[in-house]
Amino acid sequence: MSTTSVLGGIVRRREDPALIQGTGAYVDDIKLPGELHAAFVRSPFARADITSVDASAALAMDGVRAVYTIDDVRDLGPLLAQVPVGALRPLLADGAVHHVGEAVAMVVADDRYVAQDAADAVVVEYEPREAVVTLKDSASDRVKVNDSLESNVLMSWAGPFGMEPDQIAEVKAGIDAGKARDDVVVVSQEMTNQRLIPVAIEPRAVLADYNAGYNSFNVWSSTQMPHALAGAVATMFGLPTTSVRVVAPEVGGGFGCKLNVYNDEILVAFASRHLGAPVRWTESRREAGNSTIQGRGWVATATLVGTRDGEIVGYELEGLADMGAYSQNFTVAIPFLGLFVGSGQYKMPTYWKIDCVATNTATTDAYRGAGRPEAIYYLERIIDMYAREIGLDPAEVRMKNFVPAAEFPAATSPLGFAMDTGDYATNLQALLDHYDYAGWRAEQEAARAEGRNVGIGLASYVEVCGFAPAGLADLGFSWSAYGLPTAFNGSGVVRVNPDGTATVVIGTGPSGQGHQTTWAQIVSDQLGIPFENIRVRHGDTAESPMGVGTFGSRSAAVDGSATYEAAARVREKAAKIAAHLLEASEEDIVFADGAAHVAGSPDSSVPWADIASVAYQPHKLPEGTEGGLETHVVYSPANATWPFGSHLAMVEVDADTGNVEILRYACMDDCGNVINPMIVDGQIHGGLAQGIGQALFEEAIYDEAGNLLSGSLVDYPIPTAGDLPAYELARTTTPTDINAMGVKGIGEAGTIGAAQTVVNAVVDALSPMGVRHIDMPLRPRKVWQAIQDARG
Amino acid sequence: MFPRQFDYVAPTSLDEALQALADNPNAKVMSGGMSLIPLMKLRLFSPQLVVDIGRIPGLDGISDDGDHIAVGALVRHAQTASDPLVAANAAALAQAAAWTGDAQVRNRGTTCGALAHADIAADQPAGALACGATMVARSASGSREIAAADFFVDTLTSALNDDEILVEVRLPKAGAGEGSAYDKLGRRGGHSDYAVAGAAAWVRKANGTVAEARVALTGVGSKPTLAPAVAAAIVGTDGSADAVVAAAEHALEGVTVLEDLYGSEEYKAHLAKVYARRALTSALDAV
Repeated sequence: MSTTSVLGGIVRRREDPALIQGTGAYVDDIKLPGELHAAFVRSPFARADITSVDASAALAMDGVRAVYTIDDVRDLGPLLAQVPVGALRPLLADGAVHHVGEAVAMVVADDRYVAQDAADAVVVEYEPREAVVTLKDSASDRVKVNDSLESNVLMSWAGPFGMEPDQIAEVKAGIDAGKARDDVVVVSQEMTNQRLIPVAIEPRAVLADYNAGYNSFNVWSSTQMPHALAGAVATMFGLPTTSVRVVAPEVGGGFGCKLNVYNDEILVAFASRHLGAPVRWTESRREAGNSTIQGRGWVATATLVGTRDGEIVGYELEGLADMGAYSQNFTVAIPFLGLFVGSGQYKMPTYWKIDCVATNTATTDAYRGAGRPEAIYYLERIIDMYAREIGLDPAEVRMKNFVPAAEFPAATSPLGFAMDTGDYATNLQALLDHYDYAGWRAEQEAARAEGRNVGIGLASYVEVCGFAPAGLADLGFSWSAYGLPTAFNGSGVVRVNPDGTATVVIGTGPSGQGHQTTWAQIVSDQLGIPFENIRVRHGDTAESPMGVGTFGSRSAAVDGSATYEAAARVREKAAKIAAHLLEASEEDIVFADGAAHVAGSPDSSVPWADIASVAYQPHKLPEGTEGGLETHVVYSPANATWPFGSHLAMVEVDADTGNVEILRYACMDDCGNVINPMIVDGQIHGGLAQGIGQALFEEAIYDEAGNLLSGSLVDYPIPTAGDLPAYELARTTTPTDINAMGVKGIGEAGTIGAAQTVVNAVVDALSPMGVRHIDMPLRPRKVWQAIQDARG
Repeated sequence: MFPRQFDYVAPTSLDEALQALADNPNAKVMSGGMSLIPLMKLRLFSPQLVVDIGRIPGLDGISDDGDHIAVGALVRHAQTASDPLVAANAAALAQAAAWTGDAQVRNRGTTCGALAHADIAADQPAGALACGATMVARSASGSREIAAADFFVDTLTSALNDDEILVEVRLPKAGAGEGSAYDKLGRRGGHSDYAVAGAAAWVRKANGTVAEARVALTGVGSKPTLAPAVAAAIVGTDGSADAVVAAAEHALEGVTVLEDLYGSEEYKAHLAKVYARRALTSALDAV
């Protein structure tokens, strides 16, 4: 890989001036003449049959244009899903509701306030039925979540992956046999990984405008996957994809919750076509808790068998994952992402089984980390309990059981997955040395001597990201339901303009990740065109090449690699032209400082503008060279990438109140090569905030009837900067061998690494009192209760 | 998050505002709007008329009025938190204001607004109760004074009539041997967010003995309230750590503890004692 100052250097984000100065446009900032506004009538019941919908009062109100029910849109079919297992969501409730907040009817009016008034005036009669809210209750199939389901248990993900059931049973039997050995301890704990609400700061928003003359749609949506939305609209309305243009303008955070095609997006398009006017809907924070997907929601038991000197003999995870009422884009696939990383950094026989269970609650799907934080949480908590049980330092236990560096590249994890590169022991040792772990422990001892409840938490993680298309498509994951021709490919277009500037167009759907900056760095490095002369465009399906969007920490490794290759090909062609113009050998052409130079002849150079000018005048080109200076590369990585790292936290617990204060939080992450360290640090910061938020504050709380009690930000406390510590970040660098840049991905690492690090620290602080485990979130009341219970 | 239709007036004199309230029985006063607007957007509360008093001159000051400090209706939380007169005479209220909401809320919301809103878990009502504040309520027909102890009636209910504006809160000037303090556990831990439970305390010591005390709780029951049994128990003692612990044990006398998402009855009852103790300790330290 070539390195220059721009690749691997801190470059300020190209996006920020517009965002900071308020000149960026979000969906709600885009106004069309004559636009109408939608509002939804939502179910107050988690489970009920609908006996009637009376919209007459609403329709009689001034300014109300239409009220739609399922009868108007049934023909469009239910929402699409990659893995269509379980009940699919009807666009509007079809005779029954299956979670609180389910859309029953849609009102369209001249303004948003009238629309809301009219929605309040729609009279829906319900016949309430028993709702199933908790996982164990649902898994018993005592009551069905939906009459259409044969069982509330929709499917299971079991491993080691790729094995037949009897082979998996053999692995399990082997671990069970290990439990009987007299030199081992068996540590087991049921734990909850609670449901979370993603809370993107910009709520979801969509504006659709149907053009009858062209029979086509323009749709603006706050989405992470513009091409998939375009494909879904085209598929559901029976149109070619050329008839649908989706624009994702500025997107104010997604975290996975905008990685779905939602019913509101389709319904707004439908209404626009029906009424002949643009129609918009902007989600309110209050309805977001139920109308947008949630994440996590597992109850599982982790069991670890190991010798008294720290050798792990086997690890099992068995439990239930909450899917909510309907399966949407990835819903049942999320636990599969947990299976990928279920054995973490360790070499140990592993048995893993998670059942996907429906409940009468909002749908769950990808939330930052998506299955991986859950899997790593259970593993890293039980390893900590094991270390405590045998009296070894948690760092030492981890060191003893890592997959050895010598097995890489292409190590196979105990759960059967090919891992690209890794050096776990070096990374953990770097964490311990860099932050003086021994010093932390000494500080803890001193604090304890003063009667302070100070604890230290350590946890290691692997992530899997930059998903490879072929493997996943073979498993049944595919965007084909959305009418997309690709599975998980990435793509990039690099075009050098006649004035020597470059335009880069990508098929990602960023929501704050800084793609305009990172991609410009990649192309500047390849072409020697100054960073400021490169403009990166994305989010408009009319101009961007096919791409599946931004999720799963995939964009740099997949779409970035495609762009890297596209730039390399443009460079090759430009070198030909430059050699022709300079009467030099093509092999001697190097690009730097906005020009092509002849190696060894400092005075011989031609600027990019001149090369490009010739490129756009084919008659001036050497024979056999086509005009233009543009390349489109579609790229399929051979495998996913596996970032990893270890985190350390020091906390202090006020035993009188249960309050937890994080005194220090330190990371040693490894995401392979780094394109922009500032952007990588920013991704880690955001991930840590959400991981720590899960550990300490956040929880979607449902009551027995299926009401979401924590649906507003008053009762769903997301952490603010003032609630979080100053992070200490450092990295090791283990490049991947999967792509040319050696980059892995960093979008979710913080979230995957953080929650168990904090919980391990709190339990460490309270272990002298006999506290063994506390389920998240570690709100003061729970911590205090755990202390009371331990004290008896 | 879209309110029902309402009318809005922004009078530029107090008399105009009071007349608007007198003329409209379903009117509501707004100062910073930090509590009223969210309730309206959730359609939990839908006044016909919002009377925005934010443009009335002369209500945004903190002044020394001889025997008391006057905090005007438009004084922001941030102002209360940083004002030297409030700090010197009612430290518990200053601390409560400093821990109210976040920076944006503190720069927009008002102390009088927070008191009039009477949230069960708000910070400043406890400070006002402990400091012995007096509320000045004015209507088109006149003005009256309400002791803080009589002001907080029930959940989101103050002693103000619908046609009254809380134009000023009066804080007694601190004399020799007096000190006050506020402490709380926030819903996001530490002091962040509304109080899971909190307490304010004010004491006057004379000749090495606690001569007078007031302790107030917030977040624990249906309204911010005085805990007179704690005050009675600390008066007459030397204010030692043991005396404070013993007094704080009386925190729940006369208080009905209500559980919520942030605490069981048992936990809140425990916290009431913890924070009564901590607030008393800090108030005694401040003497």
